[in-house]
Amino acid sequence: MSKIDVPPPYTAVTRHGMFPTPRHDEAARFDFLANLNKYLAGTLGPGNQAAYERDVLPAFVAEHGREPKDRHEIRHAMNRHPHHRFWSSAKRNSMEMRQQAGRTMVLRQLDELDARANQLNHGKATLQLAEEVAVPRYQQAVDIHCMPGSYHGQERPGDVSAGANYDCGIFATTGGGLGALSDGGGQALAKWAATQRPGWRPRRILDIGATVGHNIVPLALAFPEAEIVAIDTAAPVLRYGHARAQSLGATNLQFVQANAEDLSRWPDGYFDWVQTTMFLHETSGKALPRILAEGYRVLAPGGLMLHLEQPQYGPDMPLYEQFIRDWDAYNNNEPFWSGMHGLDLKDEMVKAGFERDELFTTGVRAVVDETVFPAAKAGDKEDHGRAAVWHAYGAWKRAAA
Amino acid sequence: MSEEGQLDWMLRANLAPKGKRPDFLGDPDKEKLLSMVLALTGELAVTRLRLDTIERMLGVDQAAIDAYAPDPQAGQERGEWLREYIARIMRGPQQAMEAMARTGDRPLDEVSRELRDI
Repeated sequence: MSKIDVPPPYTAVTRHGMFPTPRHDEAARFDFLANLNKYLAGTLGPGNQAAYERDVLPAFVAEHGREPKDRHEIRHAMNRHPHHRFWSSAKRNSMEMRQQAGRTMVLRQLDELDARANQLNHGKATLQLAEEVAVPRYQQAVDIHCMPGSYHGQERPGDVSAGANYDCGIFATTGGGLGALSDGGGQALAKWAATQRPGWRPRRILDIGATVGHNIVPLALAFPEAEIVAIDTAAPVLRYGHARAQSLGATNLQFVQANAEDLSRWPDGYFDWVQTTMFLHETSGKALPRILAEGYRVLAPGGLMLHLEQPQYGPDMPLYEQFIRDWDAYNNNEPFWSGMHGLDLKDEMVKAGFERDELFTTGVRAVVDETVFPAAKAGDKEDHGRAAVWHAYGAWKRAAA
Repeated sequence: MSEEGQLDWMLRANLAPKGKRPDFLGDPDKEKLLSMVLALTGELAVTRLRLDTIERMLGVDQAAIDAYAPDPQAGQERGEWLREYIARIMRGPQQAMEAMARTGDRPLDEVSRELRDI
């Protein structure tokens, strides 16, 4: 008999220099949640589609004389179905319990974590915080991912609780699929670049919306001679991320508090690579084009802009799939998720300055840490938004003639 | 902060995120009960895993376990553990209580529409 597929134990997580120390029961809580998520996605999740096809769609057609015209009509209809209601409530609880589990582990040892961060950050020019950088309005409306306080929250001034809580839960919510450092996205980027452009040595890389820097550290280590800048508007995650990067030896990586809608501190053409990883869906309708336009401006001729996201809801994607991919937008505090995925990112990149023939899209699969985790099977039920597969929307800016 | 000026981290960990919680089950009491049932399910799993850890590490003398009575220090520690345990289970009711005192939380579809235009 083949081995039953279960998520790896939480104790397999890599405890870098900033990682909160889990006690037995704290690790066990994350083990329970990883398995609960897998059950909700893989076992109860398909019941949603069955409910739609068997009950909700026929009832909708009987009532309206037509099929639903968009994902929103499906959502309103599905939100009345008992299976979907229960599944959604259980899944929401799982998200809330993950926050509770992370925050209990972090807050009880916050003195120790803050002391470690202070030691790693003290006197380092690579951490540049700027109090005048305001929390953007699109980050103020709700707490993203149901994280109490979101990325910018603090239990006390100058603490690292937001970053530590964010970092420590990723391993459980992704069932280990992003590797022991939850850096599968960054590992995938490094591997993709090495495959696409062997020998390419970008001089400067900008990571926008870096949070704790887990997706940029692999690039900093892959290009040790490059100057790497990770920006975010939230100081608490930058404090944690900088200390985390230092502890992992990524000393060529600067963490700068800045809003990507205004990158005027960097001249035109300064960066050879402008990167976002699962970030654009946490902005807003007006901020996103400004960020892309600024990213285009600071990108050097011949340089790469790359955005890792979940796939956009194009006309080829079935409406039911659009609806189920939208779950986090309405139930896990991701208010721009639906609007952003409804955009044509290629059109947005053209508006930012690219020629259409400079654009490309590709799939990027997480580099799974197979020494510790079984490789994710291709046929696994996808837990939308947390799957270790991304769609990359990119462009190589034309080199100067 | 507690009366002693220390972080009451269990209650802080339980804080509800900003943003109105969706109405899944059409009944706030059912929502609280489900949240408690899932939390209890989780805590039972944690307990079983801990027991399994101990049994594997030590081997268990059932008679000694039945005869055990905590000394005052152990009694205190177990009481503090129970206090934390109950707060953990009561996350749903705590958040619902906090939501009653808070205004300005807006439905996500309203915020979602607005974010396309700001």
